Amino acid sequence: MSMREVFHRPEALADVATHYCPGCDHGIVHRLVAEAIDELGVRDSTIGVAPVGCAVFAYNYWSVDMVQAAHGRAPAVATGIKRVRPNDTVFTYQGDGDLAAIGTAEIVHAAARRENITVIFINNSVYGMTSGQMAPTTLLGQVTTTTPGGRDPQRHGFPIRVTELLNALEGPVYLARTAVNTPKNLNVTKKAIRAAFECQIKGQGFSLVEVLSTCPSAWGLNPVECVGWLENNLIPHYPLGVVREPAATPKEEVAVGAR
Amino acid sequence: MKILMEGNEAIAEAAVRAGCRAYFGYPITPQTQIIEYLAKRMPEVGGVVLQAESEVASINMVYGAAAAGARVMTSSSSPGISLMCEGLSYLAGAELPCLIVNVMRAGPGLGGILPSQADYWQATRGGGHGGYRSLVLAPSSVQECVDLMKLGFDKADEYRNPVLILADGLLGQMMEPVELPELCETSSANKPWAATGLHGRSHHNIINSLDTVPERLERHCLHLEDKYRQIASAEVRHETFGDSDARVVVVAYGTVARIVRSAVERARAEGMKVAMVRPISLWPFPSVGIDEASKAAERMLVVEMNAGQMVDDVRLAVHDRVPVRFYGRQGGMVCSVREVFEQIVALYKEVPEYVHA
Repeated sequence: MSMREVFHRPEALADVATHYCPGCDHGIVHRLVAEAIDELGVRDSTIGVAPVGCAVFAYNYWSVDMVQAAHGRAPAVATGIKRVRPNDTVFTYQGDGDLAAIGTAEIVHAAARRENITVIFINNSVYGMTSGQMAPTTLLGQVTTTTPGGRDPQRHGFPIRVTELLNALEGPVYLARTAVNTPKNLNVTKKAIRAAFECQIKGQGFSLVEVLSTCPSAWGLNPVECVGWLENNLIPHYPLGVVREPAATPKEEVAVGAR
Repeated sequence: MKILMEGNEAIAEAAVRAGCRAYFGYPITPQTQIIEYLAKRMPEVGGVVLQAESEVASINMVYGAAAAGARVMTSSSSPGISLMCEGLSYLAGAELPCLIVNVMRAGPGLGGILPSQADYWQATRGGGHGGYRSLVLAPSSVQECVDLMKLGFDKADEYRNPVLILADGLLGQMMEPVELPELCETSSANKPWAATGLHGRSHHNIINSLDTVPERLERHCLHLEDKYRQIASAEVRHETFGDSDARVVVVAYGTVARIVRSAVERARAEGMKVAMVRPISLWPFPSVGIDEASKAAERMLVVEMNAGQMVDDVRLAVHDRVPVRFYGRQGGMVCSVREVFEQIVALYKEVPEYVHA
């Protein structure tokens, strides 16, 4: 009887153990990014940018050239790389504290410039690395270590919907929000990540996929409970779907990085 | 052939000729002509110019381009350099070569737009966190701006370290005849460490300043320290002028050094034994050169466009063996030859046996 391989590690995923907590979605999304890189045949010409936050060690997890960026600055770093290596594929991988708080200016302007890069944005509604403080994406009423009585709009303001915020700009070419809570959504996320990279490879311009993710450690829930909390709380506030696709972009406009 | 050029434009053209093909910056007086010039010039040589959303973004774009192996620069003026200090620390930590021009204006805060040298401490002590060094070069003419650009880029690559060109607003705005070098090209091929994409390479390159294992991070810090020691022993540059047995030695850099030189010439013409030392590298500091020039000195004078910053390094250089006095102007005010001359005369008179008739 012959054996058929049905599951293997993508080549773009490094053969190392990650440091992520049990039940954390980072590992899943790392794999999806690696699968997309493999399938598109760009592993040899991809440069990734790692953030500050839980994914700070991501430079060890993909077997492509990697650059570690200061907190929030990944889109600027990726811009610098892409502008001097326009034929290579450049992506950032950032969390919500990194991208939506300290790095708000960098992500907004990279998107507005239609910088031809791909951004994978992990939204788990808390600062995971520093163990559970309020993020710009923390829901109203959500308890964190810096909102012990729950996020109060009078004192802490309101959560930011990054995908919708960027959708107000002309620059972005591909914008989607997904989750990896079910096998179906996992496939949808994979397709979105692949579409985002394709957008860049075709020279169309800025693409971002926001992935709603779990954080068992900071949420104080077990991995199974986390899935339920994500479905009952995060998804209703952060609706899933593709909000911007290349077809919606007028043809005469060309990506700046695509010379 | 010499041509007449403004300092900022000469800096920009010198960058292109030194093989720089990537510039990221943000407008700020008195150096905005650099990005304006390059916006026209870079496309002619196939280079990249990008106006960023802030100095914070500029320096991180520089970080990215340097990580990817490009010969890259940015320029700014004092308040903008403060914003870049985070990125500078990362560049130093990750050992990325790049060139940063600071055309200094008066501070603190928003200060003013006129010339100053008040960023000496920031430049020579690092500016950002974590304890690192940048090679700091201080031109005193438009020609020297041009010459130090090429040298700066080469040294940045040689040591895999940021290099700062510390110029004052006068240099950026004044026009002088300059001789420009030939146009040269560089490539990332001689940077095997760079994140250029694998393109057939078997191991992946990682550009990084993080290490959470203290034993390893200490090794990295010791490696940096060793590199800084090498720079300190090999890259000291200064110029000496005047009497080898000078009783008064004046130390000044940048545009101020030219004013000081005129004052020293006048003092010597009147029979005083005076010399001057002009540091060209501010870090590493020409301590030995200053010490040697002051062997017979009774008094030292440091002239700066600030409240006294380099004066600390001069005191260290002469081990306080000689009294070190300071004269400075601030807020965009520039000292005159007469003011400096009067300072020299006053110091000369403090040494009884050498009272000037």
